[in-house]
Amino acid sequence: MSKMPKWADTILIPLFSILLAFFFSGLVIFAIGKDPFNAIMVMIDGAFGSTGGLGYTLYYATNFIFTGLSVAVAYHAGLFNIGSEGQAMLGGLGVALVCLFIPFGHWTIALPVAVIGAALFGGLWALIPAYLQAKRGSHIVITTIMFNFIASALIGYLLTRVLKVPGAMSSETARFPESTHLPTFHEMLAPLGIMFNKNAPANLAFVVALVACVFFWWLIWRTRLGYQIRAYGQSESAAKYAGISPSRIIIITMMISGALAGLMAINNVMGEAERLIDNAVEGAGFIGIAVALMGRNHPVGIILASILFGFLYQGGAELALWEGIPRELVVVIQALVILFTGALDNMVRMPLERLFVALKRKEG
Amino acid sequence: MVTRTAEGRQETAASFAPAPTVPYAIELKGISKSFGPVQANKNIAIKVAKGTIHGIIGENGAGKSTLMSILYGFYKADSGVIEIDGKRVNITDSSSAIAAGIGMVFQHFKLVENFTVLENIILGAEDGPLLRPSLSKARKLLRELSDEYELSVDPDALVENLSVGHQQRVEILKALYRQADILILDEPTGVLTPAEADHLFRILEGLKTQGKTIILITHKLREIMEVTDNVSVMRRGEMVATVKTADSSAEELAELMVGRKVLLQVEKTPAVPQDVVLDIKGLRVVDGHGVERLRGIDLHLRAGEILGIAGVAGNGQTELLEVLGGYMAASGEILMQGAPLDLSGDASDGQTRRARGIAHVPEDRHDEGLILDFPAWENVCFGYHGDPKYQKNALFMDHKAIRDDAKGKIERFDIRPANCDTPAKSFSGGNQQKIVLAREIEREPALLLIGQPTRGVDIGAIEFIHQQIVALRDRGAAILLVSVELDEIMSLSDRIAVMFDGRIMGEKLPQETNERELGLMMAGMSTPQKDA
Repeated sequence: MSKMPKWADTILIPLFSILLAFFFSGLVIFAIGKDPFNAIMVMIDGAFGSTGGLGYTLYYATNFIFTGLSVAVAYHAGLFNIGSEGQAMLGGLGVALVCLFIPFGHWTIALPVAVIGAALFGGLWALIPAYLQAKRGSHIVITTIMFNFIASALIGYLLTRVLKVPGAMSSETARFPESTHLPTFHEMLAPLGIMFNKNAPANLAFVVALVACVFFWWLIWRTRLGYQIRAYGQSESAAKYAGISPSRIIIITMMISGALAGLMAINNVMGEAERLIDNAVEGAGFIGIAVALMGRNHPVGIILASILFGFLYQGGAELALWEGIPRELVVVIQALVILFTGALDNMVRMPLERLFVALKRKEG
Repeated sequence: MVTRTAEGRQETAASFAPAPTVPYAIELKGISKSFGPVQANKNIAIKVAKGTIHGIIGENGAGKSTLMSILYGFYKADSGVIEIDGKRVNITDSSSAIAAGIGMVFQHFKLVENFTVLENIILGAEDGPLLRPSLSKARKLLRELSDEYELSVDPDALVENLSVGHQQRVEILKALYRQADILILDEPTGVLTPAEADHLFRILEGLKTQGKTIILITHKLREIMEVTDNVSVMRRGEMVATVKTADSSAEELAELMVGRKVLLQVEKTPAVPQDVVLDIKGLRVVDGHGVERLRGIDLHLRAGEILGIAGVAGNGQTELLEVLGGYMAASGEILMQGAPLDLSGDASDGQTRRARGIAHVPEDRHDEGLILDFPAWENVCFGYHGDPKYQKNALFMDHKAIRDDAKGKIERFDIRPANCDTPAKSFSGGNQQKIVLAREIEREPALLLIGQPTRGVDIGAIEFIHQQIVALRDRGAAILLVSVELDEIMSLSDRIAVMFDGRIMGEKLPQETNERELGLMMAGMSTPQKDA
C-alpha cells in the first residue's frame, strides 16, 4: 500500500530536505556573525549569475552525473559501490594513456577511443571487487573502499615514477596533444552566437554525461539485462528462482558501474586538465553516493541533484572567496545537505507520510 | 458457556452468576483500525470468558492479525476500548500488554537461536543486572510447569538444537514466565506434525484447566472444532459471528468466513497416468553447514498425475523443489523426459529448465515467486524474461507484448484489482498466487512443481487454484505438489509420498490411507506394521 503519491516522494521530500539543510546552514552562517541571506545570494550569483560561474557549476555537475550514475546502477542491483572514486581515478589513467600514446588527428576520433579507455579502466577496476563478491563472498562495500586507497596509491606511483615528465617538478603527466582538446562551452556555443565565458571549464563531456543518462535509463528500464539487474536488486532468492545467475549480475553490473565512474575522466582529465594530475577526482566519487541517493537512482533525479551539488561546490567557492567565510564552513554546508537528503531522509518522510494518510482519511 | 468453564479460581463466581456480572478475561468494544484507505478492523466487539479457549477464524486479510496486534500493542486502535478483567486498559506497546497479563506466541518464533532455553525465557524480563537469580527462578518455574502441563523442555538446551514443537513450548513458557493469564497463539500448528499439534492441544487444555484464557488464531477449521469452546468468525475486517463451537459445524464456519457456500472437497476424476516425465534417482543435498538435507531421494512422476509430497515443513521438501527448479546443487540423477538435468545448482540453468517445460510455483511467493515492488505486468514474465515473445529485438524487451499478456492473464484468472500497473505487493495473498499460477500454468508445462499452492490464500481462491491444478493434470501435465497441509495433499494427490528428515518414508494411495497413518510417517515412523 503506497502511503504517498509518487510526486510527493520524488519532489516534496528532497525539496523539504534541502530547505531544512539550508535553514541549518543559515544558522551556522549566522552564528559566525555573517548574514545568511547575503550568503545565499552570493552563492546563487556565483554559481548561476554569470556564464563563468555557470560553466564551473556545470563542470562540477558533469563529474557528479557520472559518479551518481555509477552508484545508482550498482544500487539497482542491491550493491553499494563505494568505489566510484577509485574507478574514476583509473578511468583517468585510461584516458591519459589513450590521449598520450595514440596519435589522433582530431578530437572527434579521440573522444570515442578515450570513452572506451575510460570505461574499460574503470570497469576493470570494479571487476576485482565484483569477482571477490560474486565468487568469494567478500563484501563489496569493504573491498571497494579498499580499492579506493589502492587506486590512489597506484596513480600516485605512476605519476611520480612512470608517467611523470622527466625534469618536471609536479607529479603529473605531460599535457595531452592539442588534437585531443575537447570543445568547451565557449567553443561550442560561439558559432550559435551565444557568448559563454572563455575560461569556464564546462565542456563537451557534459553532453557525454547526458548521453550516459539516456543510456542508463534504457539499460535499467528497457533491456532484459536491466530487468535482471532490478530483479536481483530486489530479491536475490527470487532472482535465483527465475534463473538469473547472481554472480553474473554482480560482475556485469559492477563493471557497468565502474565504467560509468571511469567516464568521469572525459570531463576532468580530457576536458579540463588535459593531463592526468594527482587526486584529479577530488572526492567526486563520494559525492556520487549522495547524488544517487538524492536523485532516487533515476537519471533525471541524478541530473538535478548533480546540479545542486555543482551549485554547492561553485557557490561555496565564491562564498569563501568574497565573504571571508572559511572554506571549512562551505564543507559544513555541503555536509548538511548530504546529511538531510541522505541520512535523515526518514525524518522528513515520516511526518509527510502521516500527513498524507491523514489527508486521505479526511477525503474518505 | 460459563458452565463449560473448568476448575479454577474464577470457578465459584462463574457458577453462581450469569455472564454480565463476571468480568470477561478480555472484552473489546468498538475497535476500529484503518491503514490509509483500508479499514482493517471495523467496530469489533468480542468477549472472551475466563478459562476458555476462544478461537478466532477468518481468511487472510480478514483482520485477525491486526486485531491481535492491537491487543498486543503493536498497533494503536483508531477507536475502541480494551477491557481486561472488567477494567479498562490502555495498551500502548508490548510491555504494557505483558503488564496487563497478555502473552503472545507468534507464528514465527522470536527466539535467539544460540541462547539456551533458560536464557531465552528470561530475555527481556531479567530481574537485575546479574543473570543468576533470574536463571534459577526460571529453572524452578520450568520444573513446575513441565510437571503440570507436559511442557517439558531441557532448560539448558540451545534453542537451535530443539525441534520446532519444542521451540514453540519455549515461546509458551516465555509467556507464562511473564505471568500471562491470557495467551494468544497465532497459527500455532502451521509448522507442527499432527502428533505435535495434538500435544500442543493437550498443553492448551491443561492451561485452561488452570484458569488461563487462550485465544487461538487459525485458519484450520478442524482445529477450531477440536479444541475451542467458542469461536469468533471475522470477515473483511468485521466480526460476523461468535458461536459456541459445539453448536456449530465446519461447513457453517466456512460459509461464515467466506460469505457464501464453499466446496471443501476438490472435485476430480481418477488420474490417467501416462509416460514417466520425471525420474529422480539417489538425490542428495548437503547444505552449507555440511548437514545432509536430502538423503537419497528416489521418485518418479508420470504425465497426467499429481504426486503429493506430504511432510512437516523443513524435512527436505524445500530443497527438493529448489534442486528441481535448478538453483540448488545436488548429487544423484534427475531425468526429465529421459534426459538428465544439470545438478550444479547454477541458477542460470533455470532458463534452460523452463524452456524444457518445467514450470515452478515456488513455496514462498513473496521471497521467490514475485518481485513485490515490480508491477504485476513485470511479474508475469518473471523467469520467462528471455522468451522471444517478450523481446522487441536483441536489446530491448517488448513492454507492450508483456503488458498485453498480463492483461489477458488478469482477465482469465480473475485477478483483482484488474490493473497490471499495480505493484505485486498490493495484491492480496490469493491474487498474488494467481499471478504466479497464471504465469506458470499458461506455459502448458510438461512438469509443474508447485509448493504450498494455497498458503496464505483465502478459501474462495483455494477452490479456484485447486481446480486449475486438476485441470492442468487432465491436460496431461505431471504435477509435483508439495504441501504441509495434509488435507490438501489428501484431496488433490493421485499418489502421496511422505518426506521425513530428507528421506521418502513411503508412498501411499490417498484412498488407501488416512491422516493418522500419514501423520505417523511424517513424524518419522515408517509403516512396516501396515495391516500385515
